[in-house]
Amino acid sequence: MRAKDVLGRRGEELAAGYLEALGMRIVDRNWRCSEGEIDIVALDGDALVIAEVKTRKSLAYGHPFEAVGVDKLARLHRLASAWCRDHELRMPLRRVDVIAVLDDGIGTPAVEHLKGVG
Amino acid sequence: MALGRTYSVALVGLNGYIVEVEADIGQTLPAFIILGLPDASLNEAKERIRSAAQNSGIPLSRRKITANLIPASLPKRGSGFDLAIAMAALLASNDVRSTGRTVFIAELGLDGRLRPVRGVLPAVMAAVRAGYADVVVAQANAAEAQLVPGARVQGYATLARLAFDFGADPQDLALDFEPAPEPGEPESGAGGPSWAPPDMRDVSGQGDARRALEVAAAGAHHLLLTGPPGAGKTMLAERLPGLLPDLGDAEAMEVTAIHSLCSLTSASLQLVRRPPYENPHHTATPAAIIGGGSGLPRPGAASRAHRGVLFLDEAPEYERRVLDALRQPLESGELVLHRSAGTAAYPARFQLVLAANPCPCGKATGKGVDCICTPTMRRRYLARMSGPLLDRVDIQLQVERVSLADFGQPAAEEDTATIAARVQAARERQLRRLLPFGMETNAQVPGRVLRGALRLGAPTTRILDHALERGVLTARGYDRVLRLAWTLADLALREVPGADDIGLALNLRQAAVAA
Repeated sequence: MRAKDVLGRRGEELAAGYLEALGMRIVDRNWRCSEGEIDIVALDGDALVIAEVKTRKSLAYGHPFEAVGVDKLARLHRLASAWCRDHELRMPLRRVDVIAVLDDGIGTPAVEHLKGVG
Repeated sequence: MALGRTYSVALVGLNGYIVEVEADIGQTLPAFIILGLPDASLNEAKERIRSAAQNSGIPLSRRKITANLIPASLPKRGSGFDLAIAMAALLASNDVRSTGRTVFIAELGLDGRLRPVRGVLPAVMAAVRAGYADVVVAQANAAEAQLVPGARVQGYATLARLAFDFGADPQDLALDFEPAPEPGEPESGAGGPSWAPPDMRDVSGQGDARRALEVAAAGAHHLLLTGPPGAGKTMLAERLPGLLPDLGDAEAMEVTAIHSLCSLTSASLQLVRRPPYENPHHTATPAAIIGGGSGLPRPGAASRAHRGVLFLDEAPEYERRVLDALRQPLESGELVLHRSAGTAAYPARFQLVLAANPCPCGKATGKGVDCICTPTMRRRYLARMSGPLLDRVDIQLQVERVSLADFGQPAAEEDTATIAARVQAARERQLRRLLPFGMETNAQVPGRVLRGALRLGAPTTRILDHALERGVLTARGYDRVLRLAWTLADLALREVPGADDIGLALNLRQAAVAA
């Protein structure tokens, strides 16, 4: 596994733990289809949460949030529909969350969470 | 608090309006949105502000920043809002403390320096009038902003310094950054506000023309010079601004405000104390002369010549609609321009000097034996300056070629300073007499006052009455001769014009009416 994948993996673990600590239930991880991949699928009460996790070691290449553009958001919403189709579920309450993890490998990683974007 | 509020000024023409800048930080993905009719250069502010803040050590929030410029319906343009938006965004993220009613007018460089913008003088005037006396501008604009009475101006070189003074954490700030000075302004050429007019001593002979110029300067009368090429029409016109008295405080502010708006560079501006001189080329369009342009109209040569001299050389060569467009400002002293983006009013109380050849070939002088133009051509040529325009020109003078006897006489002539002193004295006499009527110069006096409160005795005006009776003089021409006579009396330090003054005035008025 390459270093950036290791970092991304660790970020997703952290994010999953963070969401669980918020009281959400993780229902799926790294779900893939032809459109792309969902990092985390969780349930926040009645709402289905599609979470995108962005992990960075530093701010040198910009904030993790800045890596989520308009196209990426649109894809995440399409992926949310695809996931529901695939699981034959009707989830009227759906939202996309973005989680930024800043992990310099020394101190405690910082987690930032934006709910219901796009 | 996720909301920051600062103030800036939007200029519509010379009128400024206080603009409230709100910045809100929303908990969603990073973005920067500017609301409130921004133009292209204002929309680019986002990138300038992000970089400037980053490089000053106080990066903006990594969230969605929405800047709203209020009132939203007022079109806003230019880079002068950069600083106000940046400070509002920093305020929203609690990086600086509240700026209260301070008005910010400056552009930001990517490195975090404050750059000067144009139009600072009218903008600060508007801010002070609206009750916002504290103004922050770029260092290079500070001197100009300080010209405004009642303004508490602070000039800053960098965003970091400004943020520090408003309580930003000095630990992160790039306080040791000293930007290099702005590139110097190139010397302004002829027509610029700092241009010193040439001296009257250079004009050989031309006694009549010199006299006419002095009268024009003393009474602020418009002037038409006709004469063959090389007679010295341009030379005379260029020397008129030198004869005019210095601008008063209020006038100087008006003129400087227009120059602040027009300056191509945004470098610092001095208070303009001398009457400006504008000398456009005869191919100029109406928009170039009276103002215009896309979006909000910008001032033209007529407004840049406000309180000074507008010289139209080769006047018949101008497009007719250009000349006719000047009739309105000659009457009202103001130009109101309507365009899609709004209406702007610019002052344009200038002294008009027209110069023309007597005919297309230019040789119809004296007996006109060399002239190859037909009488019709000659008449058409001068008729290009329409009657309604010439009606407003008090002095119409024929300038002859200088004679050999006068030419090369060294320094026998009076210099500008001597004549200007007489002009100044004459202006003071006019002001004393006309102030009760709310006027300053003889050229402004309407006919009803001339024939009413300032009526002259019948013996004095006998020649005039006679001319009017014979139909040589129109009623309007009658008034103009009276105005000139008053100026001649003022120059001669006489209380009331005599019959001689009337005679001389009649002469100044009729000399040029060829064909």
